Amino acid sequence: MPATSGRHSKVVILGSGPAGLTAALYTARAQLGPVVLEGEPSSTTDQPGGQLMLTTDVENYPGFPDGILGPELMGAMRNQALRFGADLITAKATRVDLSVHPFEIWTGDPGRTGPSHRAEALIIATGARSLMLGVPGEQRLLAHGVSTCATCDGFFFRGHDIAVVGGGDSAIEEALFLTRFAKTVTIIHRRDQLRASKIMQQRAFSNPSIRFRWNSVVTEVLGDTRVESLRLRDTRSGVESVLEVTGLFVAIGHEPNTGLFKGQLELDANGYIRTGFRSKTQSHSDVDNDRQGFGDSTTSVEGVFACGDVQDHVYRQAVTAAGSGCVAAIDAERWLEAKGS
Amino acid sequence: MSEKIVTLDDATFDEHVKASDRPVLVDFWAEWCGPCKMIAPILEEIAEEQAGKLEVAKVNIDDNLAVTRRYDVMSIPSLLLFKDGELKARLIGAKPKNQLLQEISPYL
Repeated sequence: MPATSGRHSKVVILGSGPAGLTAALYTARAQLGPVVLEGEPSSTTDQPGGQLMLTTDVENYPGFPDGILGPELMGAMRNQALRFGADLITAKATRVDLSVHPFEIWTGDPGRTGPSHRAEALIIATGARSLMLGVPGEQRLLAHGVSTCATCDGFFFRGHDIAVVGGGDSAIEEALFLTRFAKTVTIIHRRDQLRASKIMQQRAFSNPSIRFRWNSVVTEVLGDTRVESLRLRDTRSGVESVLEVTGLFVAIGHEPNTGLFKGQLELDANGYIRTGFRSKTQSHSDVDNDRQGFGDSTTSVEGVFACGDVQDHVYRQAVTAAGSGCVAAIDAERWLEAKGS
Repeated sequence: MSEKIVTLDDATFDEHVKASDRPVLVDFWAEWCGPCKMIAPILEEIAEEQAGKLEVAKVNIDDNLAVTRRYDVMSIPSLLLFKDGELKARLIGAKPKNQLLQEISPYL
């Protein structure tokens, strides 16, 4: 029984952000009957629909001149995949075995004998999740002033002084959104300039509610039952100071959701899945790491393809994720065809 | 929305939670909260399936700031579990159904 248990599919897709749903759309239209394990509800970015579910206005997805809400865009992508027959299951893969073919995928209890799904081709689009600071007080005061979701919790900081940590686009976007509620938003950044795009920087600099603490890192979140202040350290002088805020939003970057694949797929030093293996073997040249997210979607295991932020720490856009989802779908389709299954 | 789920507000909250013959799981939510929408269908299922053991209620935080503040809700979705009118547990953030059930099971 164990050897043959589990539902058999030609294509299983893990994840349902722009990459996973685009791969679902293309493989569904190619009549491959994809099964999508879309993930499970959560208040972090690790949830069905992915990181865009926690954003508000998406202004840079082509085709929406007036912008579109992140959750709305993901709802539309989901419906489009469903229309062509993709089977979306609200479950998260808890274990995979890529050493056997068809590949085996578990949902629910990973200790159960026999997988839940078996796949001829596997497309990994599990994305990335937000990093936390990992400083004292942060976990203890989570949901008591420390938040992972500005769109969920901004409302509770009406008239407050709050802080956002980070210097990239997501940090600035979050800070700008939070000015709708907060009296002041202090952006704490460890460098003396932002990494965010020019347009976001301009908006932040011209917003009277936004302040900056350059060259600073948070070393502790202070408060008994809710956030009262942050301990900061100047990265150059080492001098410590206390910033009085009642809210802390963390937007310091992401880590890929690749825990399931450790030891089974080649990952880079930061844990992202290495792709572009077909071009590697064809050209007999080493694929430069910086080209990740560029080339084809093949991984170190034949028949396993990766797309979206789980293999891209360079571009990380909704539209590049969607594009790479299409690449993975076409790669998987051609591979299945060549294999004759 | 399931007819098993009751909608509470600032005015009705205390009396209802005290008078209930079963533990009450109160979902503090808002229209603009994505993760709240995501767990709404799960709560409907739980309301139907656990009807004998548990009552599920909803509080829209936009319209009911008094009770939201009184229970120190600063992040949504927040699920507060009351038994005999007393706050017993606080579940914060959207979670899968089996995890929600597991976390409330000690109080049922």
